[in-house]
Amino acid sequence: MNPITGIDAYHAFGLKLAEAGLPLRSVDPSPLAPAKVLELAPTDWGKAAAVARAESWRWAGVWAEDCGPQLTVQACLEKQGCYVLLHTAVDSAHPVLPSHTHSYWAAERPERQLQDMFGLRFEDHPDPRRWARHQAWGDTEHPLRKDYPVAGTRSGPTPPDKDYAFLRAHGPSVYEIPVGPVHAGIIEPGHFRFLAVGETVLHLEERLGYVHKGIEKIAEGRDPQGLARLAGRVSGDSTVGHAWAACMAMERAARIEIPARAASLRAIFAERERVINHLWDLAARCNDVGFAFGYYQFGRLREQWLRENREWFGHRLLMDRIVPGGVATDLASEAAAKMGKTIVRLRRELDELLTILDANSSLEDRFLGAGVLSAELAAALGALGFVGRSSGQSFDVRRDAPYAPYDRLEVRVPVETQGDVSSRFWVRYKELRAALRLLESLLVNLPAGEIAATWGEPPADAQGFAAVEGWRGEILAFVRFATDNRIARYWPRDPSTVNWPALEKLVLGNIVPDFPVCNKSVNGSYSGHDL
Amino acid sequence: MLRLYGKIFKTGVITEKVRKPGRQGAEPDEFVQTGEQLRQIVDRRFRGSLAIRQVDAGSCNGCELEIHAINNAYYDVERFGVHFVASPRHADILMVTGPVSRHMEEALRRTWEATPEPKWVIAVGDCGACGGEFGVSYASCGAVSNVIPVDLAIPGCPPTPLALLQGLLTLCGRL
Repeated sequence: MNPITGIDAYHAFGLKLAEAGLPLRSVDPSPLAPAKVLELAPTDWGKAAAVARAESWRWAGVWAEDCGPQLTVQACLEKQGCYVLLHTAVDSAHPVLPSHTHSYWAAERPERQLQDMFGLRFEDHPDPRRWARHQAWGDTEHPLRKDYPVAGTRSGPTPPDKDYAFLRAHGPSVYEIPVGPVHAGIIEPGHFRFLAVGETVLHLEERLGYVHKGIEKIAEGRDPQGLARLAGRVSGDSTVGHAWAACMAMERAARIEIPARAASLRAIFAERERVINHLWDLAARCNDVGFAFGYYQFGRLREQWLRENREWFGHRLLMDRIVPGGVATDLASEAAAKMGKTIVRLRRELDELLTILDANSSLEDRFLGAGVLSAELAAALGALGFVGRSSGQSFDVRRDAPYAPYDRLEVRVPVETQGDVSSRFWVRYKELRAALRLLESLLVNLPAGEIAATWGEPPADAQGFAAVEGWRGEILAFVRFATDNRIARYWPRDPSTVNWPALEKLVLGNIVPDFPVCNKSVNGSYSGHDL
Repeated sequence: MLRLYGKIFKTGVITEKVRKPGRQGAEPDEFVQTGEQLRQIVDRRFRGSLAIRQVDAGSCNGCELEIHAINNAYYDVERFGVHFVASPRHADILMVTGPVSRHMEEALRRTWEATPEPKWVIAVGDCGACGGEFGVSYASCGAVSNVIPVDLAIPGCPPTPLALLQGLLTLCGRL
């Protein structure tokens, strides 16, 4: 996509905001380049979102920072590859803002998260219930305020969270099914509250936050290496994606250019992560509909790739391979040659499996028409990654806001519009093929040279913002440094944070036993959401 | 359908067998030998069936990926009599990944209470073993042993399938 269009969209947005009578200041040069920063008065916060919505900007996330007397708040918007950050500041003692939720569905939970973590009140928020907070801290305490101790204020066992007000249904034949937080498999914890009539799901409410580990708080005070390690554990299955986003944000803050070879190696790690996770989810989805053949075949291919990771890069999941300034592991030329061969082999296996799967009517029976997310809902939510792309949303950071090395590669983005489990299966399959192509061109054009730049301490207050395309979709990261090379603020946004609400909608009208396959077809990360 | 069977036959049995040392890389052999030793104990002490309930008490999900892997066709841990169950009431062993988030603290305790005696707890991964990258904070209780009694910790970030199996063997060898 032509990058000019993104800038045009940005200028048009500025004009519309001015037309709406919103005084604003474009911060120039942007401290978070290539993203643009627009400063607004807090009173105009909600109106700006309404203008953005009318102009079809996608809402991607919101974060706050405790700056002493003021809380600063930034919301991220994106259109045609152009990122705009709306910036405002409110009084720390009485922080109140209009909500973006009326314009953007995706803002609902992140705003509640800010309410819990900072005490920031969104005055016209339609659902002021707590979100991140269960019972580990009190309702007047806000862990991301600087005066809140990292160790917390409570000792002794944490009580269970018993009084969260789930939506209730009344009347004959409606019943509730509570599921979780401990689920019946090797999966992450979360709670699902179903309202069902007979077999049919009438309503689903998610309650997440069980694996909240205080990642944003414990990031404060770390050095760049320490932050990269932590970012690599925001969501273990996306370790490459999150580490890359965090390192890119830190490198932008410190104005460090990474060597071309390092960028290509990062992309090789990222595409391998994509291939491995896609294989695993294709396997798991077959398993969820009782098709053991698919489960074991895709699982077998995944294990081969994990072993190669171990052999060539020293870690099966590629944890800690991305470090500030570059990468920690080089790719030997023999390994590169071997990788070329395994790509060919995997493609051949996939061809064979595709023919078998395609002809399997039992698979088709369960996948087709199950868990439909309409293109309208996906667009309203700003659904990301394969969830969005199965419902007509084609955004891909690698193509639309390209970063090295994708800026010199052709990234094919498969899109479908059916929006059902089947679409999400086949989009994954096509993305897998596209990732193999990318890997091949990365290997062919692998630049020679260093694999890491020397780290240079950034000035105090330096900040950076980055977006990368993880296998689940767009991963965002914001970093601000304090003095002495220490982190003052880290905000990661996993694509799951955006996509989780889609599951509540797409499961409606399906039968309860189809929930596992619907859930797996979205495959949100609990850890990446809960932080 | 014929293609499906064709693929199955062509793939053959890939589950790693006991081979003479020195052929085809060390890890698979080691895995199988560890597994064989484990099976003897499982046969003797658990009548051939050792049931594990996995509990994610706050993990980043990296450990879950490797615990899943020991069930894939290469490792196939079930052949040693080890299987994962859906309820703590069916379990001999709880395999807990951490750090234990404070929001999962009570759920973990109740899962442990729901597991019938005799029971054992394995803390999996660096985080489960000692708090790892997350440590103890307002949101995290750190190591699993800070919440429920732990019989064995398997370190690693995440531990490899081999390390997981060796951990199981170490624990069962003590019983």
